[in-house]
Amino acid sequence: MSSSRSETEITTSKDAVNSDVSDPLRPSDHIDGDGSIAQPKLGLVGWLRWGWRQLTSMRTALVLLLVLAIAAIPGSIFPQRMADPNGVTEWERNNPDLFPVLDALKLFDVYLSPWFSAIYLLLFTSLVGCVIPRIRHHAKALRARPPRTPARLQRLEDFRSAQRDLPASAGSSADAEASASIDIATKQLKSLGYRVERYDKGRTFSVSAERGYWRETGNLLFHIALVGVLITVGVGGGFAYTGQRVLVEGETFANTLVDYDSMNRGRFVADDALTPYAMRLDSFDVTYQPFGEPGSGQAGDFSANVAVTDREGDTSEGSVRVNHPLDIAGDKIYLLGNGYAPTITVRNADGDVVYHNSVPFLPQDNNMTSLGVIKVTDGMPEQLGLIGFFYPTAASGKDGAIASGFGDLVNPLLTLDVYAGDLGINDGAPKSVYVLDTTGMTKLAGRTTDVESIELSPGETGDLPNGLGTVTFEDESPEGATDATQSVKRFASLQIHHDASAVWVLVFALLALGGLMLALFVPRRRVWVKATGANDSVFLEYAGLARGEDPTLAAAVDALVAGHARLMDAAGGSVAREEQTSSGEQAPPASEHAKVD
Amino acid sequence: MPDLDVLSPILLWTAIAIYAAAFVAYAFDLARRSQVTADAKSVREAELVVAAGGATPARRAASGVPASGAPQRFVMARIGTSLTVLGFLFHLAATVTRGIAAGRVPWANLYEFAMIGTLLIVAVFLAVLSRIDLRFLGTFITGLVVVLMGASATNFFVAVVPLMDPLKSVWLIIHVFVASLATAFFALAFALSVLQLMQSRRERLVVEAAERTGAGFLRTLPQSDRLESLAYRFTIIGFILWTFTLIAGAIWAQDAWGRYWGFDVKETWTFVIWVIYAGYIHARATRGWRGNPSAWLAIVGFSAVIFNFTIVNVFFKGLHAYSGLS
Ligand code: HEM
Repeated sequence: MSSSRSETEITTSKDAVNSDVSDPLRPSDHIDGDGSIAQPKLGLVGWLRWGWRQLTSMRTALVLLLVLAIAAIPGSIFPQRMADPNGVTEWERNNPDLFPVLDALKLFDVYLSPWFSAIYLLLFTSLVGCVIPRIRHHAKALRARPPRTPARLQRLEDFRSAQRDLPASAGSSADAEASASIDIATKQLKSLGYRVERYDKGRTFSVSAERGYWRETGNLLFHIALVGVLITVGVGGGFAYTGQRVLVEGETFANTLVDYDSMNRGRFVADDALTPYAMRLDSFDVTYQPFGEPGSGQAGDFSANVAVTDREGDTSEGSVRVNHPLDIAGDKIYLLGNGYAPTITVRNADGDVVYHNSVPFLPQDNNMTSLGVIKVTDGMPEQLGLIGFFYPTAASGKDGAIASGFGDLVNPLLTLDVYAGDLGINDGAPKSVYVLDTTGMTKLAGRTTDVESIELSPGETGDLPNGLGTVTFEDESPEGATDATQSVKRFASLQIHHDASAVWVLVFALLALGGLMLALFVPRRRVWVKATGANDSVFLEYAGLARGEDPTLAAAVDALVAGHARLMDAAGGSVAREEQTSSGEQAPPASEHAKVD
Repeated sequence: MPDLDVLSPILLWTAIAIYAAAFVAYAFDLARRSQVTADAKSVREAELVVAAGGATPARRAASGVPASGAPQRFVMARIGTSLTVLGFLFHLAATVTRGIAAGRVPWANLYEFAMIGTLLIVAVFLAVLSRIDLRFLGTFITGLVVVLMGASATNFFVAVVPLMDPLKSVWLIIHVFVASLATAFFALAFALSVLQLMQSRRERLVVEAAERTGAGFLRTLPQSDRLESLAYRFTIIGFILWTFTLIAGAIWAQDAWGRYWGFDVKETWTFVIWVIYAGYIHARATRGWRGNPSAWLAIVGFSAVIFNFTIVNVFFKGLHAYSGLS
């Protein structure tokens, strides 16, 4: 832009247009930067300095941002271990050949991968390197005085002028009146939030004003807050823990490491870091949209009603609902899932109880067809494994197979396939309670055998094959119940989460948002008012200069002119000479405008 | 009187029809602009050569339309705007009746997201029109809205059903609304950026004194740098709203899913979009990137928004399974 301006113009508007200490510091390839293309100086230090400048340039920041955006995309295409481990297993099953290659490229752990980390760490290094000198510079700028008034204000884009006459009777001189008008302008600008500085010279009086320091402050706040978000997320993770626990109605959980079904904890969480408390699931509520209504069968209003006993032994009631986690001693309890836990009793041939438990069955579809496993380890000639399907509202499907037609307990039915042999749990390897490993077992009842699956309604008892004994599906209904709605216990799958850093992440995120609004909406501008005394009049000039994006500058200068005239009228002394008022739009031709943005 | 959940789609289709008519009117307006300006061509282009060859163009186009454009020339544009207002009223009524029928805010599944999103696009467009003459964006806005609404009403329509538990939250009201509002601003910025690219190509061709300089209506439009600064202003508003959306979504996720961030598919795309627009804002401040390259980034950004809204919602698997489709 400056190439179109002549030498003299550059010198005349130098103070106003070229950067000075009160301007924000920018990387050299910033649009307002000096554009100096730094050649690397010879020697190690020279090269290092050059490399650092490259890393902290606007271009590098921009490219890294775009690379970051692209790098984040694969994580939305491939299932990620941290969010969807089952999806990863499924993907592996479907693409056994491709999987090892993509896995080596970390495409299933994108956000923990070295390449993704490298990108954002470089970006944040660049950010810190860019921001630190700017903070130092801005601290100085905050104390700097507005720059000298340019000699020729009419060269600026937003220029206005006015002339005021001294009444013949007035005793004051034109110079005194000019000076007084600048006093008024100074006060006016100050009250508008400008920082002001008087520059008087001969018969010319002027005030130089600047505002919008918050713009750069906001920008710095925004970038620093982003660093704050990154650090609190990173450090906070080390002190956070998340555990899961399935609780059947009536069961109690103690907040100790051994009582969790699974637990993920940050590296700084000690074994004894958990606050001791106990939590019993008293009941689990759920409602279903009735038949025939829109969304029929849809479950909702889940509520796990718990009783919590703290270290002192005081018990309080609470409920865990979706969107409403329960707070206990800095832990947050979430409801992850729910289902049915049929109570099953197995007796051996002698009639002795060898198994009695409420077994959580995992829901397989929206109507709560559920799958569960019963492992009878002792008391039988051989170990026994039962694979059960539970249907809260059993109905015959199209092909004659049983299916559940509704999620609530209307016509509960349990079917069991029976296996005998070695459960494989004695060799020490951990086994999921939801999976039956049938490799060492023989199927005694169910499809592919001569014996049909055992089918039971609540309260019924069936015979195990080969005279092994009996199995009972206990009816849990309270005394006097008239329907099946309480015949089977429910379970809640709870997540216990502890992360004290989350609130700090939020604080930094909100600081970033606040900083961003300041940085983008606070206009930074300079304004000058100059008064020159002539014989019987005062010649007034006003000019505004945007420092950065400032769509409202022209309106602001107009408002300044109008306000100044009003204040001058109120003060008395001089009178406006209407027809002389001109605006920058008409005065100097466009091509001479010293536009800076 | 028919049931509200029957009335709402009727109102919606009426709105679509009216918007389609508005689109036609706006299209005629653009065609007329090409024709009319053919006469004034030589004059204007002499002017342009000066502007492009000289220093920065003056702020001549401050009103959005060059001074040479006489008002009566834009009759079709005026009809287009009137129709858009009328369509908006039907659209608003469709949205409100849907909300009353559902007994909650009408933005809880994909069909409703589309309805509120397009409503806000039109609302922002009309609100801006009252201050800046952007009627030349009319074809784009009404065209986009007709396509999105039509596609959604045919493919995504679902009857009112009770909310799923995770959606029962104040954050549904705030988060989704603000996201839709951000989208509306990004849409305007996108349209302006496309025009900016066309205009800057034209300006280059004019300077090169080329035979053909692109679509004729461009001559009645503001200069490319003016289009760019308008696009930038809409983008920064959209960006701030999007930043808020991101934060509000994280707060909601903390309540609903027990973690504030988990790179769920939808979270990932929200983040990607945020980073692209941060890139755009940086590009505008980077030497060599202001102008066409940054305009391309605005276009990429909005494409990602639309991708997130359509493809990701319908086809990607994730926790945000609220399209209401099965
Ligand atoms: C996490 C990465 C980053 C993000 C998300 C980001 C985002 C933003 C945003 C949204 C703005 C606009 C707000 C404003 O103008 O104040 C901005 C401006 C700015 N950023 Fe960054 N930034 C990042 C990294 C960097 C880095 C590494 C640098 C140093 C090269 C940098 C330098 C600047 C500068 C100088 C501005 C002011 C632009 C202007 O004058 O308009 N940023 N950044």
